[in-house]
Parts: sequence; C-alpha cells; structure tokens
Amino acid sequence: MHDPRLAQRLRHWPRRIRQHLDLPLLLVVFLLMGVGFCTVYSASADAPLRLNRQFINMGVALVVMVAVSQFPPQKLMRLAVPLYCLGVFLLVCVALFGVSVNGSRRWLSLGFTRIQPSEIMKVAMPLMLAWFFHRYESELRPRHFGLAALLLIVPFLLILKQPDLGTSLLVGAAGFFVIFFAGLSWKIILGMTAAAAAAAPFLWSMVLEDYQRRRILTLIDPTSDPLGAGYHIIQSTIAIGSGGPFGKGWMQGTQTHLEFIPEKHTDFIFAVFSEEWGLAGNTILLVLFALLILRGLAIAVSAPTLFSRLLAGAVSLVFFIYAFVNMGMVSGILPVVGVPLPFISYGGTALATLMLGIGILMSISTHRSP
Amino acid sequence: MNGMNHDFHRPDLELQRFRRRVRLMAACVLLALTALFARLFHLQVTQEEYYATRAESNRISLVPIAPTRGNIEDRNGIVLARNHSAFTLEITPSKTMNLDQTIAELSEFVTIEAKDIKRFRRFLEESRNFESIPLRTRLTDAEVARFTARRYRFPGVEVKARLFRQYPQGALAAHALGYISRINDDDLKWIEAEAEKTERRLVYKGTSLIGKTGLEKRYEFDLHGTTGHEQVEVDHQGRAVRVLARSAPVPGSDLALTLDVPLQKMAEVTFGQRRGSLVALDPRNGAILALVSSPAFDPNLFVDGIRFEDWDALNNNPDRPMLNRAIYSAYPPGSTFKPLMAMAALAEGKRTPEQTIADPGYFFFGNHRFMDDKIGGHGIVDMRKSIVASCNTYYYHLANDMGIESIARFMASLGLGTPTGIDIPGESAGVLPSPEWKQKRFRKPEQQKWFPGETISVGIGQGYNAYTTLQMAHALANILNHGQVFRPHLVAAIRNPETREVRQLETQPVRVIPLDPKHVEFIKRAMEGVNREGTAARAFRGATYSSGGKTGTAQVFSLRGQRYAAGRIRERLRDHSWFIAFAPVEEPRIVLAVMVENGGFGAVSAAPIARQILDFHLEGKGKEGPAPEIDAPEDGPDAIPAAIPAALPAPAEDAHARP
Repeated sequence: MHDPRLAQRLRHWPRRIRQHLDLPLLLVVFLLMGVGFCTVYSASADAPLRLNRQFINMGVALVVMVAVSQFPPQKLMRLAVPLYCLGVFLLVCVALFGVSVNGSRRWLSLGFTRIQPSEIMKVAMPLMLAWFFHRYESELRPRHFGLAALLLIVPFLLILKQPDLGTSLLVGAAGFFVIFFAGLSWKIILGMTAAAAAAAPFLWSMVLEDYQRRRILTLIDPTSDPLGAGYHIIQSTIAIGSGGPFGKGWMQGTQTHLEFIPEKHTDFIFAVFSEEWGLAGNTILLVLFALLILRGLAIAVSAPTLFSRLLAGAVSLVFFIYAFVNMGMVSGILPVVGVPLPFISYGGTALATLMLGIGILMSISTHRSP
Repeated sequence: MNGMNHDFHRPDLELQRFRRRVRLMAACVLLALTALFARLFHLQVTQEEYYATRAESNRISLVPIAPTRGNIEDRNGIVLARNHSAFTLEITPSKTMNLDQTIAELSEFVTIEAKDIKRFRRFLEESRNFESIPLRTRLTDAEVARFTARRYRFPGVEVKARLFRQYPQGALAAHALGYISRINDDDLKWIEAEAEKTERRLVYKGTSLIGKTGLEKRYEFDLHGTTGHEQVEVDHQGRAVRVLARSAPVPGSDLALTLDVPLQKMAEVTFGQRRGSLVALDPRNGAILALVSSPAFDPNLFVDGIRFEDWDALNNNPDRPMLNRAIYSAYPPGSTFKPLMAMAALAEGKRTPEQTIADPGYFFFGNHRFMDDKIGGHGIVDMRKSIVASCNTYYYHLANDMGIESIARFMASLGLGTPTGIDIPGESAGVLPSPEWKQKRFRKPEQQKWFPGETISVGIGQGYNAYTTLQMAHALANILNHGQVFRPHLVAAIRNPETREVRQLETQPVRVIPLDPKHVEFIKRAMEGVNREGTAARAFRGATYSSGGKTGTAQVFSLRGQRYAAGRIRERLRDHSWFIAFAPVEEPRIVLAVMVENGGFGAVSAAPIARQILDFHLEGKGKEGPAPEIDAPEDGPDAIPAAIPAALPAPAEDAHARP
C-alpha cells in the first residue's frame, strides 16, 4: 500500500474491469443464464442439490469470463501453441490410457480427478488456427491451408474415435470456421463437399459407430424403435408440441415432471423449456441466441487484427453450432448428438468453456488497438 | 491460384472478403434459426393438439380397482366363501429387462421357492406380456418392507394388495361352491359373450380370478361386482404419482344359500371314505339342503394358482375328486325307479293299487326269462307289496303293459332325462330311454331299433336308464309336492351389500304335473312301508319319525345268469347302492337321494347313510362318524335281474360314463 500507483490502480480496479466487459453481450448472457437457471430448477425437482452446484458453476464461469476478458488478444495468442500441443498430447494419452465410461473413452484419470481433454480443444483449436493464419498472414500460400487442415483433422479424428461425435463436431466446426474466414477458396469448399458426399457411404460404414448410425436412422423414423433409440426423440417432440403457443407454465410440464424426458437437465433441457414456455418462450430464446451470435460477428467485423477477427468469428459461429445442433436434435430435425444447449444446460465444464469463449469475445471487443 | 495469392497479400481486399463471409454466415445463422422457428411453430401450433393428447395419454392412466367379490353364506349365515387381503409380489414382464436375473435378485429379499417360480412360469405362458404376474403371494410384512426399500432397483416389479378368496370350511360343499382361479382366454370369451347377451358392460380389468366351477361360476357376474377406476397421473415407469379422479368399485353381491352347513357337514362325515353322492332337498320349494359328492377337493388350493403336484394328484386320483357326481354322474336307478313306475301306472290308469299279479319268480318275454331276485317269487303281489318287497316281476308285467312310449312320457314329466336346471354348471341330462332316444344315440341302423325286450329291463330301473342323484331326488320331490315342480337350487337369495336389496330366487313352481293326491298319498304310504317292514326296515329300526324310502342297486358288472356274491367280486365291480327317502311322511320336509358307488345293495350301504341324515335333520341328533354298513336283509338282496337279455349290451358297466 506504500506505492501510490498501486493504491491508485486498486482504487480504480472495478472501473478497469468493467471497461473490458462488452455490455450488450453481457446482458444477453445474463438473460440466457437466467433462463437456464429457471429451467434447470424446473428439471431438478427430484435433485435439489443440483441447483446449488449450478449456482456455483455459474459463479465460476462468470469469473472465468471476466478474467479472460481482461487479457488483451495478444496475450491470448501466446497461449495458442502451448494449449494446442497440450490438448493433442492429452488426447493421445486418452487414446492410450483413457478411462472408458459407457463405452466411450473420453476421460483421463489424474488420480484425484478426471479430466476431459477434448474440452480443452474446443478453445485450443480456434486459438491455434487463428494464431497460425495470423503468423503467416503476409506469406499465405495454399499449402498453409493444407497445413491448417492437418492441424484441424488430427484432434478431430482423435475425438471422433473416442467416440464423441458431439465434441468432435464442435471442435471441427470451430477449426473449419477459422479456415473459412481466413479465405478458404469456394472451389475447395465445394470440391470438399462433393468429395464428402461421394465418401458418405464409406464414412457410413467405416467411420461411424454403430450407435451413431442408429441415431441417424432413428431420426428418419423415430417410431421404428419407440422404446429404444427413438424414445428420446418421441418424448421430447411430445414435450415441445404439447407446450403449445404459450406453454404449460413454469414447473407445470408433465413430460418433465413425470420424467418422460430423458437427460432432461442436460442435453434435452430445451424440451423442458419448450414444454413450459411454449412457442412464445422459444421465440425469445431464439432471439437471444441470434443477438448473441450477431453481436459476436459484429465484434469480429470490427476487430483490429486477423487473429482476433478469425477467433471472434469462429467462436461466434461455434455458439451458433451449439445452439442449433442442440435445438435441432431435441425438436427432431437433427440426429441425437451429445451437445448441450449453451448457457441453459446443467454442467460446469461446458458452461466454463462457453464463458471462456464469451470472455475472448469481450477481450477482442474491448482491446481495440492492435 | 494466382488470384488467391493476389488476395492474400492485399489486406484491404482480405478484410472485404472477411466481412463478406461474415455477412454470409450471419445470413445463414438467421436462416437456420428461422428454420428452427418454423419447426417449433409446426410442433407447437399446427400439431399442438396431437402432441397435447399424446402428453396427456402419457401422463394419465386409468387404473382399475377390482371390486370385492361377494361372500357366500349358508341358510344359517355360516360363511362358506369370503375374501381376505394379502400382499403379492408381481412382475410385469414387458417392463422388466431380464426376468431370470430379476427373480434371482429378488430372492435375496423375499423368499422365492422353486414352486413359486414354476407357477410363475406357467402363468407367464398363459398370459400376455403387459399383465402383471404374481411371483409370490402372501408376503409377510417384513418381506414387503425389505422389498419396498429396494423397489427402485426393480422396474416392473411391484407389491400389490390383493383380495384372496378363502373357503373357511375347507373342502366342505366344495362341489357346490366350485372354485375360482386365474382368468384365461376361454374365460375372457365367456365374459364377452355374457356381456353381449345381457347387454351389460362387464369390466374385468384389475380382476385376476374368476369362477371356474360350481356356484362361483354360475353366479360369477353377481359375485364379481362392478370394477371401479382411478384416474392417476403416472410417471415414465408407469408408477402412480397422484390420483386425479376416482370412481369407487361396487362390491359383488352376496349369495345366501339354501344349503344347511350342519346337515352338509353331517352328510359328508357320514359318507366317510365312500365314493358317491347325496342330494337332500326340501320338496316344498326345491331348496337344496345338502349336496355331497365324495371324494371332494379343497377349493382353497386353487385360489392363488394350484401347484402342479396338487393338480396332478387331483386329476390322477382314480376316485376322481374333481368330478361332481351328484349332478354329472348318471347311474341306472335300479329299484328306486319302482315307486316312479308305480306312480306312472296310477297316473296313466294302467294299474289300480289293488290289482295283483302272481309272481312265480320270473317273467317270460318271448322265449326269454327275466328273473326275480327271490327264488320262487313273492307270491301274490299288489302295488304296495311290489314297492315294499321290491318285486321285479310286478314291474316286468307293468312295463310290458305300459309300453316304452308311455313310460318315457311320464318319466319325462317328472323331470328325468333332462337337466333339472340346478344353479351350478355341468349338469348332465341322464338317459331316459325311448325309441327316439335310441335313434338319436346310435349311428348304425340295427342299433337304432327299439326292442320290446328292452322295455322290460327299463321297468325295473335297469337297461339304458341312467339318472343323476339330483334327478332322482328331484323326481321324488315332484311327486311328494303333488306335481308342483320347483327348480332345484342352491341360492335362495342374492344380496347386494350396498343397497341391501335382496333378490329371492325360485319362489314359484316352474310347472305343474297333473297328479291325483290320492295316488301321491298311496306312493308315500307304500314307501313308508319300505322303511317300516320292507327292504330298508333294518336301517330305519327305531326311528322316532315317520319316513318313506326305497332301496336300489345299479349293476356295474353283468353276471349273465350267475347269482351275485359280493365277496367274490372286486370292489370296483361291485354294484352301486341307491337309496331315496323322504320324511316325515305326512308333510315331507326333506327328500334324499343317496348313491354309493360300488356300495353293493342299497339297503346295505346307502340306506344307513340316509337314516343318519334324516335323524339329524328331523331330530337334530347326529351320530358322528361314517354310517355303518349293515348286514344284508335275510329275505334276500334287493331286486337284481338275474339275466339281461342277450340282445342288449351290458347296460350298467360304464353307466356313469354315458352322456
């Protein structure tokens, strides 16, 4: 306290922190988390302890967000390579010594706790690729795109083979959006799409796991297996549809409270929300997500460096992928993929990762000078 | 490629492209979210009704509440069938992943024996998958508590409080009561047919047991009651969360029987180990006082699913305890037929009581000689003596004079050859022989012809004649009641326990046979003579009341001209012993028909049983224990035809197996 400069800094720290928070984004996130907490509350009538934990999760996630937002993008960029390398290393460890839970090898045991390295990749992947394009900005050649693709594909495949379709999809999307915004030629995009279509039968039989194939088939006709794989989709569409235009009211969802909705506080929480708040609530939710994503894209457009542009654009679109895949799956237009609904679903790790992304966006938005 | 390189090194162009692509993605995002909105609109507005209905049917389940089955009581209010509540452990196979494993795990908390599993397997084969099937019945409180604490581990397994049928008197009157057992497909068809016939809604959801025989079957739809239901909210495992609406079940009606339990008990004890049947009824109204078919079974065995060993034992027992002999087994009535023949002769004007015949000990028909059982004959015989001394020759003549058509017509009016209409199922019609009957009964033309010689055997109750014990009691009662025919019945009244409404049954005669009271009086007095000085005099020695009776013997084994010697014949081939009786003579209050299989002469084994029962009913005096067999009367056994006409098949050999 003898140093007057330090004393002054401390006196002004709330303002300093606040100036790195993007207020529109913060407002939308608070609204989404509020909706999320109410919905988890309704979905947790049978497990009240979960609410305390979610409350703590939200606090931790907010701290993460605020902390990240304080770092200028340049400092974040320095983390890109070590974080990516650590992520890949851990993913290889998972493949070699991972712990299997429910038939998929996603966890790494550290003795006292277990971590899920694929979660790190959700952040590390866009960071790494944005750093990569930023690093080679002035000498970019097509081979750099090839190299970027390699950086993307290795962790993607490692996660896909765990197997964890949901996370690999998010990691893959995050990486792809960076490459796309970096200027990947449309010819290549179209060519790859065509190649993917041609390879689809091969992917279907060689790459996809049995349960993944079944989920896709179930999407086409959920009634083919009403008590097995189709049960989730049937019950969640019943929940959504029976919510009607204005919903059954908070805590009044019969599908929810009589436990017809599986995974009701995590992946299928959207069905809980839809049942109780109806189309009106859904419209508000969709608008909130749209505002979040558009605000993120706006931050990307006005970002000063290539790194921050690419990172902000990719992170924003990953939020979109999260929300769209989850709501599409729960409402029965996409196959069942283990992706939570951002800011709404229960779960600490996912929320912390998401808020880390928000923190990145805020950091980019508030550190304008390159 | 060149253009690409060109772009990469122009930051302004690069930024433009980036912004273009961001705008494109923003448009994509909005488009995708709009598509999602369209999907939600479709689900929540266009198809709301459909999904609301689905959610509602998910949520609400109609749980049937089985009504309490009606009780059955005798005329004194002694309970013969009632219900008690017990916990059962039940499994719904469709909700259970692995049945064997579930049962194995359950057995850690609840005693499950091999026989329980065996029974469960049998039910499983018989039932549909979504029904809950009892694994263990009568759980103890400790077992209920142990299971309930671990219920979450066993989806599809439940403890249910169920009402069980209980027959507190055990095997007493089992053939009248019948038993209940699990509903099978045939029962479901029966329920459906009954519902159509009576245009009633018969809801059996929630009910697992149904009457299979006896009164339990006959009065099933009175005893069952009306199923109530609860509208309950259920969770995804089908467990009730709360009750939304309820309609209470209406308990089944109680049956008040005509049966007199003390008399029934006395009759069964009197029968002892003997095989046979007994019907005691009140001739004034057809009320059945006792109905014995011996041996019997314990209906309690069937209530929660009879064990295989028990079922096997009942079915393979050569004494056939499941057979209701009183209403199903028809035997030639032997000489008990004679009073009926005498009545027929009087009613048809074929004889007067005073007309006599001279009995030389045989009767010639064509070149065939029908024997009397008394060597040398009975001498001069009038109608009274023909009954008291049981003279065959008198009835050979009479049958010949009347002709088969006339006999059959009168016997049919007494109720023989048709079911009496008693209110328990499974009654047989017996066989009232006539030319028409024979034509229907046989296929080959040479067998269809009626031979006049066959009429002669019919006259003494042999030949094709075969009647149930019930029919004999009924026919005698019809005469004693001066032709007023009441349907024999076990249920006096049906009582609704809620409305207290009582429906009396069978209070009016169903028809009237024109009988001359003088003729009836004559028959009564002649039968009184049987008990006083005739074939049953030994059995009724010392009786303090007046009674009438008639002995009879039905042949099992054709001796073809040899004299009958009981000692030389294996027990199963011995004759069946009959006795019909009534008392008191002036105002008969009870009619009895007793049939003892392989009992030998009627006077020897059936008459003493009748004596004990009449003593008990009229004087309230009961000798405990089976009735003794008394020695055969010295004046020769009961009427036995010494020979059966060669043209006839041996008639009585499988008499009770005839339809």
